[in-house]
Amino acid sequence: MQSGSSPEPLLKVHGLDAGFDAGPVLFGIDLEIAAGELIALVGANGAGKSTLLGVLSGLVRATSGTVTLSGEDVTNARPEALVRQGVAHVPQGRRLFGTMSVEKNLLLGAFLRRDKDVRADLTRVLDHFPALKDKLAREAGTLSGGEQQMVAIGRGMMARPKLLMVDELSLGLAPKVVDRLIDVMRDINQEGMALLLVEQDVLVALDAANRAYVLENGRVALSGFAAEVKDDPGVRKAYLGL
Amino acid sequence: MSAAQLELRGVTKRFGGVAAVDGVNFAVEKGEIVGIIGPNGAGKTTLLNCISGVYRLDGGDIRWQGASIAGMAPHRVASLGIGRTFQIVRPFGSMTVRENAAIGALFGNADGRRGVREAFALADEVLELVGLRAKASHPVSSLTIPDRKRLEVARAVATRPQLLLLDEVMAGLNNVEIDEALDMVRAVHATGVTVLLIEHVMRVIVGVCRRAVVLDFGQVLAEGEPEVVLRDERVIKAYLGERYAKRLQS
Repeated sequence: MQSGSSPEPLLKVHGLDAGFDAGPVLFGIDLEIAAGELIALVGANGAGKSTLLGVLSGLVRATSGTVTLSGEDVTNARPEALVRQGVAHVPQGRRLFGTMSVEKNLLLGAFLRRDKDVRADLTRVLDHFPALKDKLAREAGTLSGGEQQMVAIGRGMMARPKLLMVDELSLGLAPKVVDRLIDVMRDINQEGMALLLVEQDVLVALDAANRAYVLENGRVALSGFAAEVKDDPGVRKAYLGL
Repeated sequence: MSAAQLELRGVTKRFGGVAAVDGVNFAVEKGEIVGIIGPNGAGKTTLLNCISGVYRLDGGDIRWQGASIAGMAPHRVASLGIGRTFQIVRPFGSMTVRENAAIGALFGNADGRRGVREAFALADEVLELVGLRAKASHPVSSLTIPDRKRLEVARAVATRPQLLLLDEVMAGLNNVEIDEALDMVRAVHATGVTVLLIEHVMRVIVGVCRRAVVLDFGQVLAEGEPEVVLRDERVIKAYLGERYAKRLQS
């Protein structure tokens, strides 16, 4: 429990239970993210990582416990309210609108915004992903997997979130593309946006993150500085296969 | 030299003006496990779609056990003994694991007509092989991602293929889950099935493949033993990236 030195973390999850009709998935989750942190969330398939992201973006109901954003209770707030409060979710498998243009997909991320900076933010996103600059008019579904992931991340950034949650950044992507995306994640983080990375490529996530949480069967099994988590014998055996 | 089981000769597939697969030549011998790697958009899945009959070729030829299969419909290709999986798994969601596997056995029919009872018997055999026997009666909606991937392999194996084409069946798995899935591939291979697989996970390529073919811009960039190919400067530049190359050395 290394965080929490500042009075109010950006995100605080306390004693969270959640699940579906088929049964509970998360049990007593405690998690904190300070402004500007880069956090890795790792664990086996079925451990509850995506369900936790679902709760944090208002798609899955919490049955117990609380979620607070900068001290304000947002437990079971609606998805659009959470986006307005600064939480954006880049879903697993990208979920782009394949027959819409890249530009429209990106602008959809700013759907709730009424400020005048949307165009400027689009430019900023394209500076992070220059490969998309000459593809704005293309149908998103015709892009390569790596470019589609850039659009999905860019769409999340367009909401101008305080916390960007990225589910399975590396899924189906070439090693070189993963490295490039991780570099962009670091850059975005340096600019002050907190990031929560859910990754199956545990090594990639732990190398990029400040701190990490390990989920096992719906519970936080381990948390700490990423370097410590990486050296944990249990983690090395169960996730890194070393 | 004996004829290869599968031989690609100048295989070409264009979309509009773009050649997604551009004059690809390589051969797969019976009993091999061969990996196809390459950047996103290099033409890997398109190539698999050409082999399995989903796409018609715009040029070249594909020969299966010495005879051309170019232009054949997918179900004909499957009935000749070429099974495949898909990147996005689409099991029949309202059916059980066993019923899903039985469908592969019923309609794949590489070795003649098969009745329902026989199909279920084969399904059980295949589920045992891929490690899903204990979950045979579960609805597929209850399966975790690794188990869904296993079921995708089971459906293809139930068609009794001689050659199995696997399209990123290990994507989204962590290292330990990958190692378990590799055991499954080895078990299927041990029954005499040749395997041609696409993966971005080098743990897979190094773990089971005897040979790797690297595609870039629709063409073969390099081919050979994984350990050699992954150290090839061109492959590092086009696909792996410098950071990966360093990680590989350390």
